[in-house]
Amino acid sequence: MENHVIQYQTVHFNLNGKDTERTVDVRASLTDMLREDYRMTSVKKGCEVGECGACTVLIDGKAFNSCIYLAVWAEGKNIRTLEGLLGPNGELSDIQQAFVDEAAIQCGFCTPGFVLTAVEILESGQEYTDEELRKLLSGHLCRCTGYENILRAVKTTMYRRLGKPMPAE
Amino acid sequence: MSKSVGKSVTRVDAYEKVTGRAKYMDDLCDRSALLVKICHSTIAHGFVKSIDTTAAEAIPGVVRVLTCFDVPDIPFPTAGHPWSTDPDHQDVADRLLLNRHVRYYGDEVAVVIAENEVAAAQGVRALKVEYEELPFVLDVQKAMEPDAPQIHEEYPGNILKHTDIRKGDYEKARQEPGLIRIEGWYDTPTVQHCHIENHGCYAYMEAGRIVVVSSTQIPHIVRRVVGQALGIPWGKVRLVKPYIGGGFGNKQDALYEPLCAWCSTMVGGRLVKLECSREETFVSNRVRHAIRTHIISYVRPDGTLVARKFEAFSNQGAYASHGHGVVAKGMGAFPQLYPCENVECDCWSVFTNRPAAGAMRGYGIPQAMWAGECHIDDICNRLGMEPVEFRRKNLMPVGYQDAFSKNELYSDTFCQCMEKGMEVLGYPEKYRAYRNQTGPVRRGVGVAVFWYNTAVWPISLESSSCRMVVNQDGSLQFQTGETEIGQGCDTAYSQMVADAVGIPLEDVHVISTQDTDVTPFGTGAYASRQTYIGGFSIMQTAKALRERILNIAHDQTRMPVSNLDLVDGRIVRKSDGRVLKSLGELATEALYSMENSRHITAETTAQIKSNAYSFGCSFAEVEVDIPMCKVTLLNLVNVHDCGTLINPALAEAQVHGGMSMGIGYGLSEQLLFDEKTGRPLNNNLLDYKLSTIMDHPRLEARFVENPEPTSPYGTKALGEPPACSPAPAIRNAILHATGVAVDSCPITPHVLYEKFKAAGLLED
Repeated sequence: MENHVIQYQTVHFNLNGKDTERTVDVRASLTDMLREDYRMTSVKKGCEVGECGACTVLIDGKAFNSCIYLAVWAEGKNIRTLEGLLGPNGELSDIQQAFVDEAAIQCGFCTPGFVLTAVEILESGQEYTDEELRKLLSGHLCRCTGYENILRAVKTTMYRRLGKPMPAE
Repeated sequence: MSKSVGKSVTRVDAYEKVTGRAKYMDDLCDRSALLVKICHSTIAHGFVKSIDTTAAEAIPGVVRVLTCFDVPDIPFPTAGHPWSTDPDHQDVADRLLLNRHVRYYGDEVAVVIAENEVAAAQGVRALKVEYEELPFVLDVQKAMEPDAPQIHEEYPGNILKHTDIRKGDYEKARQEPGLIRIEGWYDTPTVQHCHIENHGCYAYMEAGRIVVVSSTQIPHIVRRVVGQALGIPWGKVRLVKPYIGGGFGNKQDALYEPLCAWCSTMVGGRLVKLECSREETFVSNRVRHAIRTHIISYVRPDGTLVARKFEAFSNQGAYASHGHGVVAKGMGAFPQLYPCENVECDCWSVFTNRPAAGAMRGYGIPQAMWAGECHIDDICNRLGMEPVEFRRKNLMPVGYQDAFSKNELYSDTFCQCMEKGMEVLGYPEKYRAYRNQTGPVRRGVGVAVFWYNTAVWPISLESSSCRMVVNQDGSLQFQTGETEIGQGCDTAYSQMVADAVGIPLEDVHVISTQDTDVTPFGTGAYASRQTYIGGFSIMQTAKALRERILNIAHDQTRMPVSNLDLVDGRIVRKSDGRVLKSLGELATEALYSMENSRHITAETTAQIKSNAYSFGCSFAEVEVDIPMCKVTLLNLVNVHDCGTLINPALAEAQVHGGMSMGIGYGLSEQLLFDEKTGRPLNNNLLDYKLSTIMDHPRLEARFVENPEPTSPYGTKALGEPPACSPAPAIRNAILHATGVAVDSCPITPHVLYEKFKAAGLLED
């Protein structure tokens, strides 16, 4: 296939705190690389065109749909996936624990993406209103939860990190 | 004894899912798999004349191309129903693995099996398919017209099935002088389940058998369908169901498991994987039946229903799938929900050239509630009666029993649920305050109730099996054929098992994966049946297990069985409450006994010949911007009586999800088709308007707990009911706000523009 010469490129990046490199097909998405080469099962495929948010990862602290981000663009970047949130003995981070406590998990397929966007929100150190939180989380689709408990999990963790009491609803 | 049932314990799978470690279909598939891509038809109706595969086969990496000219001529059914040994009650077998006669835009005509995704996709693009095009029809009533295109030869007039209900004498009763006639036509759209994990599966052969791992709700049923479709004994098929990323009824059908299994057999039993794209999921899996309903009510001025007529036209799409059961369920609700002496009901399931409609959360009830509850408010509007008052007067009374199912309304569920809903929303005050508004922006409140019945008895088989295997430490494995699809049944089961056996919750290990080689038979996740049905086999199996344990305890302690109990994982002497030993000590001694070694297990099957009503309501508050034709949902409250709650937090979460689906149904979701070609126009998550978190108000889920007397745990349906009543409640709130009765959903600005214009609310 003369029109489809496969090109490979080596990409160097930091994945969950460790420097790493892989030689990848230049057409591969970051989702492809993380799932296929690193077997990161937290990176989910729900649409592969940037609509659903299930494949979200943090790239230099910002949440991206990894399905529409080429693997080769990861060069020099710090990539964080859900796998990187766990403590050395498998301890859950506060936001993961909040998802558990608030019954914000059902089928679990959208969960990793939501948690990572929540991490971006929480790491901003800012206090957001419900409306702002809804906007910040709106890149993720969920069919199970109606988003209600997901919002609550993010909100309770935000106030806990800010050291402020949750406002009465 | 510490009780687990009734507590909001943490999901048993929460850690696996919140860490991303839970393994779904694609996570389990070995990377050596060949990939299967489907070539879908690009016409809505016609015949494949030829497929030129030469170019596709020349692509490096393409292993095999298979077309509709290669498949075995074995029609098979796909519906996720229990099989019936009575041929008259078997599902319609109208599918082939690939089709020469294509019946919708997106039908399967060929597959390319390749070493990688790119080659497979290139292969599909390189296929040259030549069609003989036929006229097609998308509208359900047009498909019933005499000159409509015939979609299945065996079904003249495209009518898959027609059924009716007759009670009293409608024609005579409507002659009563002084009656008020209210008539309406109500339309619901084609929508899709939109579980975030698309359907996919992989298959390989092992020891002369075919193994399929699939994202399905119904492993035991799919095993049977794969056997039927391939024409092989069912014992040659092994079906494995891992964690799945939602189903909502789409995966209550054999989707591509038969095709995937066949592909493996066509490449020497090699591992092949077939994953649907989102675009394929929208069109080539299943959709919800679009149903058009016609209701006429004759009512006395005091609100007494005297005679009623109901006609429903269900758009079945191209294949029978779940077929007539969906609209028939909705029709069945009509004479029960508001009992009336004189009723005429008819419903038709009609083939069209749209995607095949199957099961979807609510199974005909969201459509029936849309029509029925819109109509009730149309009656109220006409009579000048308050909607809650009318419902109190006319809804199914306490003690009502359905002659066929023997379902009974044991408690004053409807009034209790409406009371609670009104209180949470502040309905009475708002109902008064929002009357007689003027101006461009108005608010309104609305109510809708819903009818639902748990499980499928007596239409179909209800049976459930489970197995309990005690470990040396006194913990046990629990296995059942009923499936976790996100709703939380594994957690509910662990609570039920802990209480029934008499062990701590943490000692119950639920095996989440179903593997038809080792998992006891069960039909799976549908009809909101599992907590109800599973409860019977759990109670029965726990009883058998306890008998075995206490007999062994008698051998080991010499105390009579009648003086022994198993409480919190300990063998207790009842007379003085002394703990004689732990279950772990008993089990270890029993297993390793040199005289009488015993492995403590129990497995039983429960056949269930009962069913239970599960009712509730929605209350909605909206703000309508009339010039913008825009509706903002301000508040939504759902109240359910699903009997005793097994896990209140998970029950609440389940209701939130159903409400969300109901909001989308009411306001935004619809799959659109090009009238000229039959091509789907918005089969992706950008153009199909699935609710985001910004489209929701705070969701309020409430419960009234009247224990269900037929259930060992007092429980009944909750999975599907929450999606049944939000859409008509929203519609009725818009009616309250504006006086405009919308008759089709979703209520988009386009719909409101026409309605508001007709009502003179819009200035030119």
